[in-house]
Amino acid sequence: MHKVLIVGEHDGKTLNPATAKCVTCARGIADGEIAIVLLGADTAAVAAQAAALAGVKSVLRVDRPENEHPLAAIFAPQLAALAADYTHVFGPSTSFGKDLMPRVAALLGVPQVSDLMTVEGPYRFKRPTYAGNAIVTVEADPARKLLATVRVASFQAAAGGGTAAIESKSTAAVLPSHTRYVGARSGSTDRPDLQTAKRVVSGGRALGSADNFKLLFSLADKIGAAVGASRAAVDAGYAPNEMQVGQTGKIISPDIYIAIGISGAIQHLTGIKDARTIVAINKDGEAPIFEVADVGLVGDLFQIVPELERLIGG
Amino acid sequence: MQKIMVCIKRVVDYNVRIRVKPDGSGVMLDGVKMSVNPFDEIALEEALRIKERGTNIEVLAVSIGVADTQQQLRTALAMGADRAILVQTDAAVEPLTAAQIFLALAKKESPDLIFLGKQAIDDDANQTGQMLAAIWQRPQATYASKVEISGEKASVTREVDAGLETIEIDLPAVVTVDLRLNEPRYVKLPDIMKAKKKPLDVTSLDALGVSAGVLLRTVKTEPPAQRQKGVMVKDVAELVDVLKKKGLI
Ligand SMILES: Cc1cc2nc3c(=O)[nH]c(=O)nc-3n(C[C@H](O)[C@H](O)[C@H](O)COP(=O)(O)OP(=O)(O)OC[C@H]3O[C@@H](n4cnc5c(N)ncnc54)[C@H](O)[C@@H]3O)c2cc1C
Repeated sequence: MHKVLIVGEHDGKTLNPATAKCVTCARGIADGEIAIVLLGADTAAVAAQAAALAGVKSVLRVDRPENEHPLAAIFAPQLAALAADYTHVFGPSTSFGKDLMPRVAALLGVPQVSDLMTVEGPYRFKRPTYAGNAIVTVEADPARKLLATVRVASFQAAAGGGTAAIESKSTAAVLPSHTRYVGARSGSTDRPDLQTAKRVVSGGRALGSADNFKLLFSLADKIGAAVGASRAAVDAGYAPNEMQVGQTGKIISPDIYIAIGISGAIQHLTGIKDARTIVAINKDGEAPIFEVADVGLVGDLFQIVPELERLIGG
Repeated sequence: MQKIMVCIKRVVDYNVRIRVKPDGSGVMLDGVKMSVNPFDEIALEEALRIKERGTNIEVLAVSIGVADTQQQLRTALAMGADRAILVQTDAAVEPLTAAQIFLALAKKESPDLIFLGKQAIDDDANQTGQMLAAIWQRPQATYASKVEISGEKASVTREVDAGLETIEIDLPAVVTVDLRLNEPRYVKLPDIMKAKKKPLDVTSLDALGVSAGVLLRTVKTEPPAQRQKGVMVKDVAELVDVLKKKGLI
């Protein structure tokens, strides 16, 4: 009998949509025996959201003041203790899960499958390596607990309508004081979240300045899109780091991805392989982005983007 | 601050186009250019900058791998590391095992800080630093884009999905680095010559008391699903037309 514990991600108010995608992944292993654990200072609101996910049996709340910020050093010993009752422990392959899950795995002395993209059996999975250029099938030992981060772009979110039981849990884990949260800067905007947006407009080095990125923001707002960027654009300071798409940025799966002035390096393409439709706008007809684009237009972005915005407007 | 250990991995150079072997047994590595994992170069650069700002700080570069991994450690020495250790093995080393090996080295060397890249661009696992911090029972600061040391503490700014987060950690600690922490220096020819004289010790898993078991068995390697080649449109009007027909805008 397999039992999956999913580490829920949240900000105290809202459950991150990545959690619902982990549920879908977990249902491929243990339909019926899925729990979501939430660590926080007060998880009442997010527990209600987690309990509504279809296929979840129980939601475990671990509320304590030390859990206010998601510090891996604080969360990991608690999760290692809670993992005792489960065969599998999953977290999202977001910055939260990537930071946390290996620490839990090592405390338990077990390996981790990173970026799980396909469940082939309870202990057999596919995951990407080499920036997505080689997909490996890995098998783990059923005698050991299995830890994984779930590549959220590979799974649809679980539906609502569930009625999981919510229970409060505590652990005897000793928490270290060597790691302290100081603060955060988030570029929160009114635009859709890059990781869950259905439409994404993304810009590269060709934009040339932070000011020119406004062209993309304007287009994005017209079509209700999130805005992304290549590493070159982020490195140059045209866009903040949370906008980076790719191997070392965000892996996204929108319905439409519009790549503007982006050459299409493999590290970038890794982040957009799951986009339903890729549109490329580039002045170089030989740019590698056109090899993966569903629709391509060769030309100068500074002419095309304003015109595109105008024509869509109609 | 007296000693910084930097963990370096030998990987296929990031410019190489990866090809999967037709029999599905792995990727083609014969004659392929091997380099220091780009993130580890950034890790080493950060250690060197801290060394250059301080006094009497030793930078130790360590790696695990085949005999030829000495090439990457020589690069690290040429960049400015003082000393290097290769834990030589032909076995495939998984992240948990790598963490155990680095722990054994940390116990011997007692560094104040251990830097690693946030991930290696071959297996893309993004695990080793976190695992090392766990079993060393020390703080971890992953995805660092800024590191400030003051006495026995470090303030680290981390790149997270929502933006930037700052945490304070007590030393010794493990820091894994992201792309924007710094830009690694170029190695100059005289430095390569000098590096040949710097100490590079070779040790083994046995000597460290670690065994490289297979925890995850790779049973198949395949190329990713290819996207169909799409259409080229001639102007913006046609583009809008196509997108409207697809119901995308
Ligand atoms: C370890 C590692 C990790 C990396 N991770 C990532 C990652 O996560 N994400 C990422 O994006 N990259 C990543 N990279 C970097 C990647 O290799 C590329 O350098 C980067 O994606 C290039 O960004 P770009 O396409 O914006 O710039 P460029 O490659 O410089 O491309 C600019 C493009 O704009 C076009 N152009 C110029 N002017 C105009 C104009 N007026 N109108 C229209 N088109 C124009 C040019 O033809 C060109 O194709 C990584 C690299 C390494 C080594």
